[in-house]
Amino acid sequence: MNPRYTKITFLLEIIGIVLGVIFLIPFYFVLINSVKGFADILIDAAAWPQEFLFSNYLKVWDIINFPRAFWNSLIITVISNIGLVVISSMAAWKMVRTPGKFSKILFVLFVSAMVIPFQTVMIPLMKLGGTLNLTNSIPGLIIMYFGFGVPLSLFLYHGFIKTVPIEIEESARIDGCSQFGVFWRIVFPLLKPITVTVVILNTLWIWNDYLLPILVLQDAELRTIPLATSSFFAQYTKQWDMGLAALVMGITPVIIFFLFLQRHIIKGIAQGSIK
Amino acid sequence: METKIEIGEPAVKSEVKTLSRKKANLKKILTYGAFVGPALLFFLVIQIIPFLMGIYYSFTSWNGVSSVVEWVGLENYIKIFKNDPKFFDSFIFTTKFMLASVIISNLLGFGLALLLNAALKSRNLLRTVFFIPNVIGGLLLGFIWQFIFVKGFAAIGNLTDLSVFKLPWLGDETTAFWGIVIVFAWQISGYMMVIYIAALQGVDQTLLEAAKIDGASSWTLLTKIIIPLILPAFTICFFLTISMAFKIFDLNISLTGGGPFNSTQSVAINIYQEAFQNNRYGLGTAKSILFFLVVAIFTTVQVMMTKKREVEA
Repeated sequence: MNPRYTKITFLLEIIGIVLGVIFLIPFYFVLINSVKGFADILIDAAAWPQEFLFSNYLKVWDIINFPRAFWNSLIITVISNIGLVVISSMAAWKMVRTPGKFSKILFVLFVSAMVIPFQTVMIPLMKLGGTLNLTNSIPGLIIMYFGFGVPLSLFLYHGFIKTVPIEIEESARIDGCSQFGVFWRIVFPLLKPITVTVVILNTLWIWNDYLLPILVLQDAELRTIPLATSSFFAQYTKQWDMGLAALVMGITPVIIFFLFLQRHIIKGIAQGSIK
Repeated sequence: METKIEIGEPAVKSEVKTLSRKKANLKKILTYGAFVGPALLFFLVIQIIPFLMGIYYSFTSWNGVSSVVEWVGLENYIKIFKNDPKFFDSFIFTTKFMLASVIISNLLGFGLALLLNAALKSRNLLRTVFFIPNVIGGLLLGFIWQFIFVKGFAAIGNLTDLSVFKLPWLGDETTAFWGIVIVFAWQISGYMMVIYIAALQGVDQTLLEAAKIDGASSWTLLTKIIIPLILPAFTICFFLTISMAFKIFDLNISLTGGGPFNSTQSVAINIYQEAFQNNRYGLGTAKSILFFLVVAIFTTVQVMMTKKREVEA
């Protein structure tokens, strides 16, 4: 790294800032127009609002039942995450610690399934889901997330556990700890860095997912944020004053999540991809 | 070797031994099952069984409504190849889209990574800014950009009088195509940037210093040392962008809805409509199996090609 701040660095800094501003312009447009009246948007979308109207937000809040959608998204994301961490870390640990043909074949099966596009599975899954009573229910959707999330989560844990020395576990075994005890009390705390990565990747995926929930959830009161927003747009086409307020409400939670955890998120993404 | 009397007792002992060994084995299998079982069960029920069902249904006339599922052999596949030009158009669109967006988002992502690898003061802030679009889902991004293309661009066009901003972006086939590419690149390049930055930070600085002393230009440093050293990052980024671009659905549906005149309909949308709007589940699954084959071939060929270059480098 070059510690000197040269003219070239300054030039690069300017380029970077200009690019950054260009990247953010869409957000500027969405924010300022979300507090305008419909006529003002049509006249000039770039202009600063003449008066700030928050009535758009109040209307949309009720129409899409935002608290409900937020709660649904939250429940689905949190429980899917917990489940995925538990089942994938346990399976990955046992598979790494039981070397042999069977574990190897299982691992290859899990990993190669990552190539299967969701669209290839979705049609029969809806039939099977109907038979198993998983459709139109939030627990059903969560179970489906368990199934879809396992390959990547297990893959990440598998790679990480291989770097964890086995000696600590062995000494705990000699002390008479059970397998579950060894795993939860000794191994799992050591997996924290990769657990953070797994949770971040799964959260961004599940929170923003659209296709699976739209297929599984039919009732209006089960809708997640993406579903509530899209059904709002289907109903109120081109009503940009309210549409933009809906969009701002839709993206705010995940942006707050990101800004608070950005250090972990960026690190986690980099780690998750390099593995 | 042994007489009956002699083996009397030891036989009992070894029986006990094998029994206890069997017991120990059984216990091993049970704990293995307890740890691996849940993950395997969810995975099999949610992904593998439907996948196998899909292969079967692709040979049937299943329509999702009637309970009669008739075996029709290769009929669905023949139908797709013989008279479904829309499906082929969507394949061509998706392939073109993938090529354009893989190149652009990787160039942009790598460029941003190089930029932020310099000792900029605003480095951390810029990294956050470039990454933000990536945390928002494709569906909402599509709606946001629909507004930008329709109203925002018109406003910028009035301000600057640039003709680019006065085009009916989403109403024309060519610009709608590039519209999706732009939004996809805007969303994904920050992600690629993060991966490239991580790789760039792993490059040995002394190597670069040595080359500089030998009089190598920045361009030679980049093409002869940096890029070959971080080829694994390119493998990952290309793999990710190829598979994300090829499976595009959310962004596509909220930005253009496949229009104008189905010109921007991705394969994923085509399959979705065939199954859930036309209720031709058999045909839909046949399409989805073909889709799977193409995605699998694309990604494995790409990984094999870049991996080979990594080894050579």
